[in-house]
Amino acid sequence: MKDFIIPPMDWKDERDMGTPAKVGAPVTLSIDGFDVTVPEGTSVMRAAAEAGIQVPKLCATDSLDAFGSCRLCVVEIEGRRGTPASCTTPVAPGMVVRTQSDSVRKIRKGVMELYISDHPLDCLTCSANGDCELQDMAGAVGLRDVRYTAPDGGGLANHFAARNTSGEANPEWRPKDDSNPYFSYDASKCIVCNRCVRACEEVQGTFALTIEGRGFDSRVSFGAKTDDALASDCVSCGACVQACPTATLQEKSVIEMGTPDRAVVTTCAYCGVGCSFKAEMQGDQLVRMVPYKHGKANRGHSCVKGRFAYGYASHKDRILNPMIRDRISDPWREVSWDEALGFAAKKMRGIQAEYGQKSIGVITSSRCTNEETYLVQKLARAVFGNNNTDTCARVCHSPTGYGLGQTFGTSAGTQDFDSVEHTDVVIVIGANPTDGHPVFASRLKKRLRAGAKLIVIDPRRIDLVKSAHVKAAHHLPLRPGTNVAVVTALAHVIVTEGLMDEAFIRERCDWDEFQDYAAFVSDPRHSPEANELLTGVPSAELREAARLFATGGNGAIYYGLGVTEHSQGSTTVMSIANLAMLTGNLGRPGVGVNPLRGQNNVQGACDMGSFPHELPGYRHVKNDDVRDLFKSVWGVEIDSEPGLRIPNMLDAAVDGTFKGLYCQGEDILQSDPDTKHVAAGLAAMECVIVHDLFLNETANYAHVFLPGSTFLEKDGTFTNAERRINRVREVMKPRNGYADWEITQKLANAMGANWSYMHPSQIMDEIALTTPSFAGVSYTVLEEKGSVQWPCNEAHPDGTPLMHVDGFVRGKGRFIVTEYVATDEKTGPRFPLLLTTGRILSQYNVGAQTRRTENVVWHEADLLEIHPHDAENRGINEGDYIKLASRSGETSLRAKITDRVSPGVVYTTFHHPDTQANVITTDYSDWATNCPEYKVTAVQVSPSNGPSEWQEDYAAQAAQARRILPAAE
Amino acid sequence: MRPATPSSDDITAIIAAHSGLEGPLLPMLHALQDAFGFVPQTAHAPICDALNISKAELHGVISFYHDFRDAPAGRHVVKICRAEACQAMGGAALAESVLAKLGLDWHGTTRNGAITIEPVYCLGLCACAPAAMVDDRVVGRVDAAKLDKFLAEAGA
Repeated sequence: MKDFIIPPMDWKDERDMGTPAKVGAPVTLSIDGFDVTVPEGTSVMRAAAEAGIQVPKLCATDSLDAFGSCRLCVVEIEGRRGTPASCTTPVAPGMVVRTQSDSVRKIRKGVMELYISDHPLDCLTCSANGDCELQDMAGAVGLRDVRYTAPDGGGLANHFAARNTSGEANPEWRPKDDSNPYFSYDASKCIVCNRCVRACEEVQGTFALTIEGRGFDSRVSFGAKTDDALASDCVSCGACVQACPTATLQEKSVIEMGTPDRAVVTTCAYCGVGCSFKAEMQGDQLVRMVPYKHGKANRGHSCVKGRFAYGYASHKDRILNPMIRDRISDPWREVSWDEALGFAAKKMRGIQAEYGQKSIGVITSSRCTNEETYLVQKLARAVFGNNNTDTCARVCHSPTGYGLGQTFGTSAGTQDFDSVEHTDVVIVIGANPTDGHPVFASRLKKRLRAGAKLIVIDPRRIDLVKSAHVKAAHHLPLRPGTNVAVVTALAHVIVTEGLMDEAFIRERCDWDEFQDYAAFVSDPRHSPEANELLTGVPSAELREAARLFATGGNGAIYYGLGVTEHSQGSTTVMSIANLAMLTGNLGRPGVGVNPLRGQNNVQGACDMGSFPHELPGYRHVKNDDVRDLFKSVWGVEIDSEPGLRIPNMLDAAVDGTFKGLYCQGEDILQSDPDTKHVAAGLAAMECVIVHDLFLNETANYAHVFLPGSTFLEKDGTFTNAERRINRVREVMKPRNGYADWEITQKLANAMGANWSYMHPSQIMDEIALTTPSFAGVSYTVLEEKGSVQWPCNEAHPDGTPLMHVDGFVRGKGRFIVTEYVATDEKTGPRFPLLLTTGRILSQYNVGAQTRRTENVVWHEADLLEIHPHDAENRGINEGDYIKLASRSGETSLRAKITDRVSPGVVYTTFHHPDTQANVITTDYSDWATNCPEYKVTAVQVSPSNGPSEWQEDYAAQAAQARRILPAAE
Repeated sequence: MRPATPSSDDITAIIAAHSGLEGPLLPMLHALQDAFGFVPQTAHAPICDALNISKAELHGVISFYHDFRDAPAGRHVVKICRAEACQAMGGAALAESVLAKLGLDWHGTTRNGAITIEPVYCLGLCACAPAAMVDDRVVGRVDAAKLDKFLAEAGA
């Protein structure tokens, strides 16, 4: 098998250019005799770096604006007095710069000598040894001597010695701050270059760091006077650690293990932003993850999950051997791969023989690679001989697929993430980017600080509504379940006040359909005033928001699961698409409709034909030509009948007609709604094959457990929310023995298939062969370009950053009438509150990964957010155990009293299986796609004194089901 | 008389009175210190909320200016210059003797709350070194006798 080595390419040039790149007219200057042409506004430092000349520097780095404090980068410029700092001096035409001369050399050496006079000289035992810019610069300026030494008997003030030579404590010295689980702050090594503070402000946008004091007393401080790193506002994104030129802010893993010796560029396996990372390694051990500066989704930034929360890959709970059992009440038996796969294949074929060809199915994973997902749906279609394949997108973004498909003609976001840099007005609806998509949130906040306006439509006061240097122009705190009414009311204001972009609509959309739509939304019953009682949104605020969006310049809409996970999820997606077309906000940078995808590869899983009615590339199975194409490649007949969706599989299981399931990398028991129904469905099956890293909750009902591989252990591709196909690279061999695609292939072959893929690149070649929007994608292209955004084919050989530029994929954009229909889930005397669910920054989805990392210091249990008014009515105090009950079930958890939620609304997360928030959620779902209505459940909250009966039964069952027999001698 | 404990209404009123200014933070901090003699901890969260800044940023600003206090000072504040000219003219010895006499370290306040002693770096009175500042009044050519007289008057 061929391992791919990254070729030396331009996109791999990782030199620190000192200051950010600029865009502008070309300017030519001379640096050390070389002519250099750079864009206007570029710093002399960067221009020199472009010419291959590195000017010594400490406080400059190309992720941050120039600061000009270290004075190491001084240069001589002909005709200018003194020695200007090259980082803060912009280039000018004809400028003549000398970066080296006796006088600048002397200045630099003097500056360096002062720095080193207040720095410990323990380089050999320092954690940054070999990875320290201070060390490098001392070398670069030729520092040989430090003259500032303590006189005999006297002490010089410094920050690095805990005690002076007489043994007295040094009041200037501060102990290390180890409060953050992932990095330490050692003030004794700090040179106060401000890079960390600026990274926290400019890159992350949290403003958790500052310089306290002045002069000799200046030091980096987390939060307020008495805070440590953990107690401050720090979100542990690690931008400061990355920016630090010394060992002051250092990853604990580096302190423990030492510096890495090689790096592999790969893609994060958490959220749909799809950040590129360098996995920095020693042998097969991961030392640290560093966001890759040329990653086009993240541009060198990361969040706490991607950078630090990889410990699950080596957690003791990870299962590394296949296991089987006859009944779910039996303990697991560890067996060989052959035995496990043989057992699984025999059972599945047996079920088909007894209950029919359609009695088994698969669930593909949005966390696995495109190649793996493709193989799993192929397993259902080509080996099982049915279309029983579905994926967790069913429970998150299936309405996006349907809604955008209907209106624009394609099932994906319209922009790339860079687009946010050009936007003027942003609507964030049903999404909480600072927690769910943190790196995108940082990019958005940067744009907001530069003056863009923000409209937040969310029942909760999310951080974006107001946090340091960010304030939404309008927050529309709607009642959960009234999205359609609110978005239609926005459209009502725009149409009735004549604020729509008529030229765009006439040119790009179907005018007749628009007429119908305009008549519909203009009806007074859609006015903000008419809907105020229903939605809870003040009509004046809504009108202002609508006017701002229609007239404020480039308008972009970003949305998340708060839009899709409703009984009218698809309708809301269409109404958002309508709003974008109405205001002409499509087809250029800074605008668009942008779904924020939950999981790393949920876009890819949808693209790869995971849905029961669609073959790869969103082509319906009823189309003969598509089936013929796959028949010609796969050599088998494809069923023309759509298969079962996840909820249908579970219903059929309860009815006794669906008996076998292969579930890869998804925990449907915890993540799907109405846990009791899911459990009943799983319990009724005869063969459940779970393919996962851990014995997850679904595995409690499984008969075969196939251990999975992590994203660090395989090659493949993930497709992020901007349709970007990013490479995932094997940085270590699978600890469980096989990459997931190999395991699926083995299962297929055990069931009689004859697959012989040697490398995921061959699977991608097959995808390219069969799927028009991927036709131009191959591993060779990805190595060359770093990443591409589909469609990538003959018409778009470099991929497509922006969709619908010259026209919609479906031709004319289609306005669809979006009538508000209230959900059947209604509050009443027994269940007077509305529960809505969401995420938190430090945890990811069902928490199987993040709960097995140090991230639990930020969130060790799910909490119920409740408004003080509702809490007081019920006699509930902060931190009390409460019972949360709905028509479906009940659970208990602790209360957090906050006015982030409105009265009548409660909120929780679903990261912890011992809470099982989905016991509460109902089986209501989107009318078009069956996407469950997670975001609206009528509940009651009452004081409680411990876990509910269900929680206790569940814990007992789980403990029983997770027993593993000791390995046979 | 200054109120013993600043009420949240007073704090809110002072913040509101200044939040419309351009560059409101320093005037706000000055007004708080003028009203209460120090910048109360309880004012930090409302300031951050009003100006939409983080608590770290506020800490950075307050700690940059030595004159902002986080606790009330004594009834009188004596600042003794520690800069070069005054040191050359015996300022260091003078300062040490005052501190020893009161049994305080820099920034300390006498037990009876009468006097707080603080260092200052140049009062612009180098020609009349050593210099000191007693409350709002600068004093040139200070010596032990002058300071003792003042300290006695102040009730130290």
